[in-house]
Amino acid sequence: MTSTNRHPTQAGFLEVRDLTVSFPTATGRVDVVSHLDLDLEPGGALGIVGESGSGKSLTSLAIMGLLPDKATRSGTVRLDGEDLTAMPESRLRRVRGDRVAMIFQDPLSSLNPYYTVGAQIEEAYRSHRRGVTRRQAHRVAVEAMERVHIKDAAHRIDHYPHQFSGGMRQRVMIAMALTTEPELLIADEPTTALDVTVQAQILALLQEIRRDTGTALVLITHDLAVVSEITDHIVVMRAGECVERGPVESIFSDPKHPYTQALLDAVPRIDDEIGALRSLTTTGGRP
Amino acid sequence: MTATPLLQAEHLVKEFPVSGTGGLLSRGDTFRAVDDVSLTVAAGETLALVGESGSGKSTTARLVARLIDPTLGTVRFDGQDVTGLTGRDLHAFRSEVQVVFQDPFSSLNPRHTVERIVTAPLTYQGRKPPGGSRAFTQSLMERVGLDPQQWQRHPAQFSGGQAQRIGIARALAVGPRLVVCDEAVSALDVSVQAQIINLLRQLQAEEGFSYLFIAHDLAVVRQIATRVAVMSGGRIVEEGPRDRVFGDARHEYTRTLLAAVPRIRPEWEARRRARAAERAAAAPDPVPADATESVRRGA
Repeated sequence: MTSTNRHPTQAGFLEVRDLTVSFPTATGRVDVVSHLDLDLEPGGALGIVGESGSGKSLTSLAIMGLLPDKATRSGTVRLDGEDLTAMPESRLRRVRGDRVAMIFQDPLSSLNPYYTVGAQIEEAYRSHRRGVTRRQAHRVAVEAMERVHIKDAAHRIDHYPHQFSGGMRQRVMIAMALTTEPELLIADEPTTALDVTVQAQILALLQEIRRDTGTALVLITHDLAVVSEITDHIVVMRAGECVERGPVESIFSDPKHPYTQALLDAVPRIDDEIGALRSLTTTGGRP
Repeated sequence: MTATPLLQAEHLVKEFPVSGTGGLLSRGDTFRAVDDVSLTVAAGETLALVGESGSGKSTTARLVARLIDPTLGTVRFDGQDVTGLTGRDLHAFRSEVQVVFQDPFSSLNPRHTVERIVTAPLTYQGRKPPGGSRAFTQSLMERVGLDPQQWQRHPAQFSGGQAQRIGIARALAVGPRLVVCDEAVSALDVSVQAQIINLLRQLQAEEGFSYLFIAHDLAVVRQIATRVAVMSGGRIVEEGPRDRVFGDARHEYTRTLLAAVPRIRPEWEARRRARAAERAAAAPDPVPADATESVRRGA
């Protein structure tokens, strides 16, 4: 589907062109992301959806230059016109965290259990802002925790990760990401491990941050209902390729690709019992 | 309802010891995971137990399946008190009630073949597979949509959806009257999940057994439940027929839970379906209309 994979070139904020990621296997190199283009305007929200093995998470790591050593990457990743793939690691490190921040599915594994959450937020901030005093960093950390609605932040900042619930830990991760006021937030399955009521709160928080700060968002998820609620453009991935892209409304109300159609057919709906949920095996392609 | 329900749990309580803040010799505190839960499952119906993490739904399932012992309360199966069963009687109970777990790979022994896995419940009870082990395995595989020729393979050689089918085949081996599904479709991709839900519904239609379906995903529950019980903090806060609970929730917590579920806008969904119907009318689906075909060979 080359026709849907190509997008009219526009001067975007994030512009990914022809991104290919491959891994060596016993039988040669295998492309896990192939010839992917992505476009995101400043302050926009892009959803990347796909099932397991679709390459959606590797796409985010490839954008950030965080792929494992044995992976090879080709193509360009431009942020505000600057090609991240051509940047020396030292500069790239400044871009990460400073202009682009990431949050992941499991906040517990991203937090060090031996340090208070405050110490970790402060360290993350100071590593990107040279010459900042401890006192300044502390104030920024408290403010960030208040911004993500952690009650009694000045007190909670001295607590350890295990003293927070899953949803609160994800708030801590978002607070950490916000300290440097990034222009782009990449969230990889940020609510997948959370209970549904907590998920609703975190999604509302992401919406609020976008509205208040104008931060652009790339949301990577398997959950079609979630992307439908908080993003404005969608890229549907399957086996490393984009099968369909478009504004959220047209993807959900008029999907063109059989895979997208079948995927939407398979989503269990809370307001309706589906006679026989359609399976996707009949659409061909890789398992 | 005057008929005896297939399963009847009364006033179940489960407390777990908590290694607390006290010293070595302090009296241990307990945490009450299940707090006075009563429920019934009628023959042939599906009771869904929904709730968030820590609500006690999985512990309740384990109590009912007699995988753990209750602190208080009774479990009756077919009118008989099965709470204190041991030895041979417990074995007999195990051929009535089987469990399908969330993670097929961790609940299937990786060193065993499909044949050994699905016949294990019979072996455990000292029963011989009717018609011989291989033929029995193959017919079970056929029923859950697996290729019977693969009876000698190991779990790692199957996909997640196929592995869950093996877990279902193992549960069916003893001909149970109640199958407890503990988040049985939660770890699966949406397309595979749809296939497994279809398979579960189809098997129930064929065999007439009951499900106790434990799930956190309300949209999945909507697809399979006859009745729904909502748990929070170890208690059932609301229970009723599926459409009543989803359409007219009475408890505040149920309403909060339902409101939190992310939804695709109904108007987008309606337009998508209308277009799909137009397409189907314009060009007849080349895919076999028999949905069971894809279920049979799927995942």
